[in-house]
Amino acid sequence: MSNVLEVKNLTMNFGGIKALDRVSLEIKRNQIVALIGPNGAGKTTLFNCLTGIYTPTAGDIIVHPPQGKSRRINGMKINQITELGLARTFQNIRLFGGMTVLENVMIGRHCRTKSGIAGAIFLPKSTRGEENDIVNQSYSILEYIGLTKYVNDLARNLPYGAQRRLEIARALACDPQLLLLDEPAAGMNPQETRELEGLIVRLRKERHLSILLIDHDMKLVMNLAQKIFVLDYGEEIARGTPQEIASNPVVIKAYLGVETDAEIN
Amino acid sequence: MNYFWDLFLGGITRGSIYALIALGYTMVYGILELINFAHGEIYMIGAFTALIAASLLTMQGLSGPAVLVLATVVAVLYAAAYGFTVEKIAYKPLRQAPRLSPLISAIGMSIFLQNYVMLAQTSDFLPFPNLLQNVELPAFLNTWIAPAEFMIILTAASLMLGLTLILKFTKMGKAMRAVAQDRTMAMLLGVNVNRIISRTFIVGSVLAAIGGVLIASHVGRINFYIGFGAGIKAFTAAVLGGIGSIPGAMLGGLVLGLTESFATGYISSDYENVFAFALLILILILKPEGILGRSSQQKV
Repeated sequence: MSNVLEVKNLTMNFGGIKALDRVSLEIKRNQIVALIGPNGAGKTTLFNCLTGIYTPTAGDIIVHPPQGKSRRINGMKINQITELGLARTFQNIRLFGGMTVLENVMIGRHCRTKSGIAGAIFLPKSTRGEENDIVNQSYSILEYIGLTKYVNDLARNLPYGAQRRLEIARALACDPQLLLLDEPAAGMNPQETRELEGLIVRLRKERHLSILLIDHDMKLVMNLAQKIFVLDYGEEIARGTPQEIASNPVVIKAYLGVETDAEIN
Repeated sequence: MNYFWDLFLGGITRGSIYALIALGYTMVYGILELINFAHGEIYMIGAFTALIAASLLTMQGLSGPAVLVLATVVAVLYAAAYGFTVEKIAYKPLRQAPRLSPLISAIGMSIFLQNYVMLAQTSDFLPFPNLLQNVELPAFLNTWIAPAEFMIILTAASLMLGLTLILKFTKMGKAMRAVAQDRTMAMLLGVNVNRIISRTFIVGSVLAAIGGVLIASHVGRINFYIGFGAGIKAFTAAVLGGIGSIPGAMLGGLVLGLTESFATGYISSDYENVFAFALLILILILKPEGILGRSSQQKV
């Protein structure tokens, strides 16, 4: 199985602080990978590096698109990275609150369509046809995620769980090959979490996505992930299958803080 | 009643021009949180370009509304190019700079453009031909409204309607709204933000240029300094309506125009600006976010 994403020795410094220190990981096609670690371990920083919000200090991020040649994406523009097939959601929901559910998803279709300023003003047939396609595709994504009853509601008026799912729907609209989910289950009740778990499984099976997932819900992570990477203080401290990670003493130590030798430098 | 109606129409006419220019301020502010002080100059350049084009066309033997339409097209193209270039030169390099830097750059651009037009053209007032002299409105309208006022109001209203539809329904409009709400998120969804910013400047400049041509042909004379006054008024209108809000800019323009018109008509024309800015101060005290503005939410 080939990789969709390879990260090699990625380092991210903020001033004197090493938020990420030589982190390496790879994600195979159609695989669900989880990234876990205590708060402040650098998980979201890694997401921000992968999606171009931060430019890493050192190291390589290499994307292998399904067609075409592999690209090193360090320092590329955010929207160019999106075009290569990376889409993400946020820990704190970042929907366009003042736009409707359908419009939120339609924005995501943007990078896959062409028409420009002349199209917007003169509305030739091609633009209108394209716009219709966008509406239809967006609607079918909402159908897939189960949000059709909210289509014309403003995003900010949706219930919390629906907002979370809308974030995923919007990310799907970009036609990603790799979906980055930053704490998708945060704040969800057990029922919603179970539904989310089902959705993520379906995304992998039916839409053939690769998924990189950050979450603190260990049950969810253990159920979903085929491979887990554990970060602590910006460094990888363990990697392996869920079983290996669950019984790894280093991980348990990082999480629970037991058996720590007080290190005084 | 008749006098009142005249003042009302005068206010609406003036106000629709303010609104057209104010839209440029408010759209740019919505996306970049920048007051584009050079925007008034784009309006002035629109008027100048139209004057030059109209003179050339008249020399070719054309006359009447056809000249006005063609001159407007030329003015729009020129102003769009200027708006686009101003953004690329004066604002884009400062995208990551502290907020004060692009503001000062905008003031610099404004002074530069004024002086450039003054040196390239003249510092005197130039007469702008009245190209609607021979236009007659249908009889039922003619008793109510003068052709020039009718044309200004009609043009402004259709442009504003068009803009509203573009923002609401087209891909570009949705992208503009998305960028205004959360620029990073829009980029993450594949929106080319730099392109959207450029287009915002182009759209704003087009509106300003058309406003410039309309007012120039109405007032009958222009010089290099008209952009400053109109810019300040339009900016006032944008703040009045709620900066960043599109309907706010439209409403703000009309309210400002009407206030000026009635103050001039019933009190004294010396007090035109006094009332305009007194209204602004009043709104800022009572409702600082503007008539239709939403109180700003801090972005996370």
